Amino acid sequence: MTDTPDTNATPHSKHGASLLELTPRTKRRNAAERRFRMYGMAAIASGLIMLVILVVNIFGAGMGAFQQTFMTLDVELLEAKLDKKGNRDIADIKKVSTFGYAPLLANAFETLVAKDGIETDLSPKKMGKLLSKGAAAQMRNYVIKNPDEIGKTVTFKFLTNSRVDGYMKGRVTRDSIANDKSISVTQLDLVDQLVAAGAIKKRVNLDFILGSDASDQRPEAAGMGVSMVGSLFMMLVVLALALPIGVAASIYLEEFAPKNWITDVIEVNISNLAAVPSIVFGILGLSVFINYMHLPMSAPLVGGLVLTLMTLPTIIISTRASLKSVPPSIRDAALGVGASKMQAVFHHVLPLAAPGILTGTIIGLAQALGETAPLLLIGMVGFIASNPPDSIAAGLMSPNSAMPAQIYEWAKRADPAFYERAWGGIIILLVFLITMNTVAVILRRRFERRW
Amino acid sequence: MNDMTLVGKNVDTRNIKISARAVQVYYGDTHAIKDVDVDIESNTVTAFIGPSGCGKSTFLRCLNRMNDTIDICRVEGQITLDGEDIYDPKVDPVQLRAKVGMVFQKPNPFPKSIYDNIAYGPRIHGLARNKAELDEIVEKSLRRGAIWDEVKDRLDAPGTGLSGGQQQRLCIARAIATEPEVLLMDEPCSALDPIATAQVEELIDELRQSYSVVIVTHSMQQAARVSQKTAFFHLGNLVEFGETGQIFTNPEDPRTESYITGRIG
Repeated sequence: MTDTPDTNATPHSKHGASLLELTPRTKRRNAAERRFRMYGMAAIASGLIMLVILVVNIFGAGMGAFQQTFMTLDVELLEAKLDKKGNRDIADIKKVSTFGYAPLLANAFETLVAKDGIETDLSPKKMGKLLSKGAAAQMRNYVIKNPDEIGKTVTFKFLTNSRVDGYMKGRVTRDSIANDKSISVTQLDLVDQLVAAGAIKKRVNLDFILGSDASDQRPEAAGMGVSMVGSLFMMLVVLALALPIGVAASIYLEEFAPKNWITDVIEVNISNLAAVPSIVFGILGLSVFINYMHLPMSAPLVGGLVLTLMTLPTIIISTRASLKSVPPSIRDAALGVGASKMQAVFHHVLPLAAPGILTGTIIGLAQALGETAPLLLIGMVGFIASNPPDSIAAGLMSPNSAMPAQIYEWAKRADPAFYERAWGGIIILLVFLITMNTVAVILRRRFERRW
Repeated sequence: MNDMTLVGKNVDTRNIKISARAVQVYYGDTHAIKDVDVDIESNTVTAFIGPSGCGKSTFLRCLNRMNDTIDICRVEGQITLDGEDIYDPKVDPVQLRAKVGMVFQKPNPFPKSIYDNIAYGPRIHGLARNKAELDEIVEKSLRRGAIWDEVKDRLDAPGTGLSGGQQQRLCIARAIATEPEVLLMDEPCSALDPIATAQVEELIDELRQSYSVVIVTHSMQQAARVSQKTAFFHLGNLVEFGETGQIFTNPEDPRTESYITGRIG
C-alpha cells in the first residue's frame, strides 16, 4: 500500500548516489516499517492491559470468598432441651428439630455477653441472628454424631451471617443497611465489641472450595466443591469417549481413508461441527439423551455426553494436524522395511504425534470445562445443593452442577454476598484452566521433536 | 559388448532377478512411465540415470510397490521378481518389501535408538527368536553397513543424532537387516558430502556380492563408478539400457549422448 511506484523517481539517479544518504523511497519504506511495528506493539499492549484489568478485577472481587467470618461460641448442650428422657436414644435425639436448638444459641450469647461484660440492648434471640441460619443445623449434626456430649459445654466455630461477613470485609457499612431488615446498627455495634473480644474473626474458608451450594438465605455457606465433582465426572466422560473416538477417527481419516469426495465432505463437516454454537449441542443433548434415551436430567453423564460431542471436532482437528506434521519419510522408512500400514502408524507415526494429540485433548477438555450454555438446557444449572456423590455411578447419574454453571447461578442471585462467591468461583475455574493449559504447554515442550 | 573392459569391470553370467515388461505408470491423467522393459540381474548394481522428472524414481518405487501409498498412482504392465508377478492381487506388499528393501534420498532413521532402528525390521518379521539372535542381526547389519565401528559403543544413542553420512549408512544397514534380495536406492548420496558419498559407494560395491542393487542417481560419475548396468530415462521413456561401459562410451541413442555430455538435463 505504501509501495506505489514513484513516478518522480529518475532511474539513472541510482548510479553515483551516496550510500550514506537515504533515498526518499527508502525513507518511506522505513517509515512504513516503523509504523507497522508501532501498530503491532500497540495491539499487544492493549491486549495486555485488558488482561491485567481483568485479572486485577477478578482477584479483587473474588479473593474475599476464600475467607469467611467465623464466630467461636461456647454452647451448653442442655439435656433438658435435647434429650428429655435422658437415655441418649439416637431416635429420640433426632426428633428434636433445629428449632429446638435455637434457644441454646440465645443462652450461649447471653452467657458470653455477661462473661465479657459487653453492653448491648439486643435480646439474646436478636444476638443469635448474627450467626448463619445454618448454625442450629451444625449443632444438631454435631449432637447426633456425638450424643455423649449432651449436657456438656462445647466450643463451636459458627459461620456468621452474610451481613456480618460483609461488614468485616467492608462490603456492608452502617449507611448501606439503612433499609436492611436482616441486620441493624445495634447488631453491628455488638459485632465490633465481639471482634474486640476475639470471638469474631476472619479465617480461611476451605468450605468454599470443598463444600456444596447453599440456599439463597445462606450465601456464607455456599461452596464450589460439589459442582467441581460434577465437572470432574463430566470430564471423565469426555476423556473416556472423545479421546478414543477422536483419535481413531483422525487416524482413519488421515492415514487410511481414500481421498475422495466422501472424505472431503466428512472433513468439511468436522470443521463445521467445530463452529457450531455450543447451545445447539445442548438442544441436541436434551432431545436425544433426555427426551429420547431417558437418561436422567441434570446428570453429569448427560453433560459429559453433550460436551463430548462438542470436544470431538477439537480433538479430531488437532490430532489430524499432529499426524500430518509427522514427516512422510518416517512412514516411507517403516513401509520400506516391510511394516504394514497399521504397524507404520502405530509404531512410528502415533508415538511422534502423541504430544500434539495430548495437547489438543487437554485444550479440548479445558474448553469443555468452561462451557456453560449446553448445560443450561440439560438442567445442570439452578439450585443443586446435592451432597458429594458416594460412588462413581452416583457421581455420573445423580443431579449435579458444574463449575461454570455454579458461577452463573451465583451471579444470578439477588443477595450481593453471592457476587463475591461468583468471582471466587471464577478464580477456581481459572486456576483449573491455567493448570490444564500449562500442562499442555509443558507436554508439548517436553516431547516435541525437531526434524 | 567388449567395451566394458574400458572401465575394467568383470561381467559374470548373471541370472535375472527382476523383470519389467511394458510397464506404464499414471499419476492421475499424467502418463509418467511409458512402456518400460528392464531386466535387473542379481549380484549387479543397476543405475537409473536421467534428468529430473524423467520417471526414474517413480519406476524404482514400482519395484517394491511403494507407489501403492499414492492414491492417484496406477501401474500397468508386468513386473516379476524371480518369475512371480509382484502386482498379482494375491501378493501382499508387506512381504514384497521384506524381499525388496529400500533406501531413500534423505536419510530417514526412526527417532529411536540406533539399535532399535536396525532391530525394527527383524522384529516385525520375526527373524530373531531371542535377544541374543537379535543382537547378532543388529551387529551383522551394522558391520555390513560399514558403520559398526563408529556406533558400537553407543547403540542406545538416538539414530537421529548421527551425522548425515552415518545416518544414511544406518538406513542402509536397516534395509539389509531384513535380509532382502534386492536393494533399491533412491539417490542415496544426494544429501551427503563427498567423503560420506565415497563411503556409501564403497559400501554399495560390497553389497553387490549378496544383493542385487538398483540405484537412482543424478551423478553420472557415480553411475559410472558403482554400476555394471545403466538405464537412461528421458521423459518417462527408457531410452537406453545396457552395460555401463557402453552407455558412457558408446551410446546408441543420440539423446543418451546429449545427456551424458551435458547438452540436455
